[in-house]
Amino acid sequence: MSKKVHVQTTINGEAVDFLCEPRNSLLEVLRDDLDLTGAKEGCNNGNCGACNVIMDGRLVNSCCVLGVEADGCEITTIEGIGSAANLHPLQQKFLEHAALQCGICTPGFIVSAKALLDENPNPTEDEVRYWLAGNLCRCTGYDKIVRAVLDARNGA
Amino acid sequence: MSQNGHKVIGTRPIRHDGVDKVTGRAVYGADIQLTGLLYGAIKRSPHPHARIKHIDTSRAEAHPGVRAVVTAHDLPQIADKLADLGEAIVNLRDASNNVLAYGKVLYKGHAVAGVAAINLHVAQEALELIDVEYEVLPHVTGVLEAMEEGAPILHEDMKTTSMGEETDKVSNVANHFQHKMGEPDDGFAEADVVIEREFTTQTVHQGYIETHNATALWNEEGQLTVWTSTQGAFSVRDQLAEILQMPVSKVKIVPLEIGGGFGGKISVYLDPVAALLSKMTGHPVKMTMTRDEVFEATGPTPGSYLKVKMGATNDGRLTAATAYMAYEAGAYPGSPVGAGAGCIFTPYDIPNVQIDGYDVCVNKPKTNAYRAPGATNAAYAAETVVDEIAEKLGVDPLEFRVKNGAKEGTRRADGPVHPVIGCIETTEAALNCEHYRSSLEKTANGKVRGRGVASGYWFNFNGGRSAISVSINPDGTINMLEGSTDIGGSRASIAMQLAETIGLEATDIKPYVVDTDSIGYTDVTGGSRTTFGTGYAAHATGQALIREIKERASKLWDVPANAIDFADGVFSYRDDEEKRSTFKELASQAGDAGGPVVAQVSTQPDGSGGGAFATHVVDVEVDRETGKVDILRYTAVQDAGTAIHPSYVEGQMQGGVVQGIGWGLNEEYIYNDEGSMTNASFLDYRMPTTLDLPMIETIIVEVPNESHPYGVRGVGEVPIVPPPAALANAIYDATGVRLRDLPMSPPRVQQALAENGG
Repeated sequence: MSKKVHVQTTINGEAVDFLCEPRNSLLEVLRDDLDLTGAKEGCNNGNCGACNVIMDGRLVNSCCVLGVEADGCEITTIEGIGSAANLHPLQQKFLEHAALQCGICTPGFIVSAKALLDENPNPTEDEVRYWLAGNLCRCTGYDKIVRAVLDARNGA
Repeated sequence: MSQNGHKVIGTRPIRHDGVDKVTGRAVYGADIQLTGLLYGAIKRSPHPHARIKHIDTSRAEAHPGVRAVVTAHDLPQIADKLADLGEAIVNLRDASNNVLAYGKVLYKGHAVAGVAAINLHVAQEALELIDVEYEVLPHVTGVLEAMEEGAPILHEDMKTTSMGEETDKVSNVANHFQHKMGEPDDGFAEADVVIEREFTTQTVHQGYIETHNATALWNEEGQLTVWTSTQGAFSVRDQLAEILQMPVSKVKIVPLEIGGGFGGKISVYLDPVAALLSKMTGHPVKMTMTRDEVFEATGPTPGSYLKVKMGATNDGRLTAATAYMAYEAGAYPGSPVGAGAGCIFTPYDIPNVQIDGYDVCVNKPKTNAYRAPGATNAAYAAETVVDEIAEKLGVDPLEFRVKNGAKEGTRRADGPVHPVIGCIETTEAALNCEHYRSSLEKTANGKVRGRGVASGYWFNFNGGRSAISVSINPDGTINMLEGSTDIGGSRASIAMQLAETIGLEATDIKPYVVDTDSIGYTDVTGGSRTTFGTGYAAHATGQALIREIKERASKLWDVPANAIDFADGVFSYRDDEEKRSTFKELASQAGDAGGPVVAQVSTQPDGSGGGAFATHVVDVEVDRETGKVDILRYTAVQDAGTAIHPSYVEGQMQGGVVQGIGWGLNEEYIYNDEGSMTNASFLDYRMPTTLDLPMIETIIVEVPNESHPYGVRGVGEVPIVPPPAALANAIYDATGVRLRDLPMSPPRVQQALAENGG
């Protein structure tokens, strides 16, 4: 076991310090040390998007980022996007469109879609499909997910 | 109010567990944290077939941070015993040997040992320190090769059962069965057109995004608790009790949220190992699989070889059909060939049929249920032949299907006679839909386009046990405990049926999926049974509550209970118009007239009721140069009986279609000569993404199921059945070349076009 490293970050708007081994991924740190289990592990190699978080404004697979790389970074996880009392429009639209079945991929999709809308508030269907191609869902066939995101656009 | 006079059924309320799932708060199997938690990992075989000569765990045990190591020698050795897991019958000795290999490993990835350590990395380091000495044996991974004389034998003690009788023959063929109806030879003699074709399909995986997981705590009193993601908590309990040889009363399963299953999360893999490691350490032990472990060591659905022959007269009547179906079981017997055989010709009324099925062991992971298991392979073959016959006869393929469609009274080749079904209604709806009626430009952008159709059938499990326990709150809402794990919105579809029965809103019901100590036995969420079977129990629960509330109203109003009516959500006394109350109004007072109002109901419907039918229409564009097939438009038509929550019915249809598209166009286990899967990652085992697809249009047909109080038919499985065949027929329409091997991936399409000048 290697020596743990002190990492200082901002997560969902709050200063968060943690200790982690250099080999720990950001996903491991979020889930196992910080109790932020909304990010899911589906593949651990950047192919399913279930662990997606926004790091300094950029969408990343948290399984492919080391915990130590998060030092000095601002991170938004699904837990920071909305709450039951104050749902983000994407969350509301996912519910209204029944855009989830088992729900395991849902946090990753919502985080990804938020990163898209942050960058491009009014994407076309093609742009939505292109952007979300890094997120796998095996239940829905994506139809209702794409509709939910389109419906959450500004002025939609 | 929706159609059929229903107030709740047919509406689209937001699901009860939705907010937790869109905010990341829902607790899935791998999310659980317990005090003193240890982490487990599995040592797996690098060989597809080998004898285990020796396992030395001493170096691993000495590794700092390691707390325990287990092998098959720590599991009780159990005798042959068959158990019904809901979607498949399994031999528990095989199930045990699949959890930890005993004597031999039968596929690459087969578990040989388990480790518990202070964290996952230490556990994984320890795996490298377990020394296993193997005697490598010749292996076989293809179904036809495995059936040949002289093929490497997986189970030296397994004798082929043929037509129900055990023979003396030791071979990889576990079972050969036959369904026969009429005289196929006579039927083919009558036919003017006879087509016989061969097909192959490859191993594919369910591909749920959540990997398998189990967290076990074996406490000092010998009580085992397991938190896991499963389609059937009681099935896990029963498997653990058998594999660990302990009383079921000592095992409690807490089902956490499940991230997809599609039939693949019924068998246990990690749970018994986590339990043993917990017993040895006194700590809770969490185990989760990596993605490559899921591919290599959990049950995919089989590769297969099929030969199908069908005949029809010039006036468009099917006269005979035969099928030879050989399915890979994987390492242990039990492929879904039986189910495939029961489905292959079932959308049709054919007087003369013979089906021969073969269940064949190969050195691949033990196959498991995957959404309408066995039926997609079967439909790929049969629906392609039907398309070819319709073409030869010069008739519209859907009109041909309508003309020959199965209906009430038609006998299936496997015996049963159809009750009221929606086969013809579904096909007619496809025939008349705007998509099918629209014209399609045959060339565009230098590519060729085509349209294909196919139908499919799945039995639906119209039986099974379900339990519901409810208590009424003074505000008139209801806590509803159920044993059906919710894999895709069934809390909502079941709560809606209770709400409908007693005149409440869906949001007045608070559904909870609870552990095996807190609810009566409930069969798996599988076989398309949950909204049917547990919904059936929800209706019965509503009826029990109505009877109880009448009793309470009788006391409150001082009138005879049998003079109280319940209609449109209102209880009323026949002889006094003043005595009227809704369920909610009475609920606030009822608890003071005889104690809290509760009800517990268990049901087991008789299993009658027809299956599910689907017909799909797809337009494709084929790039002749690259062999890539793009989907331009897709419409799925399906009989849902009664759609309880139409959004989730559509969702099941769309999801099934897309899994079928993946199976048809891309997905396969690619094996090398060493018997190793070479594409065990989501990068290389390429499932469809948003970018590969258009919107999936849906048309819900409703021919009510006579065996359900609200007419529900299971909807989950049949939508995966038609896509590969519909795509093959569309590719033919576009290119003039028929593809009979799955997947119809770019290299295969390119090769087929080159060979056939398409």
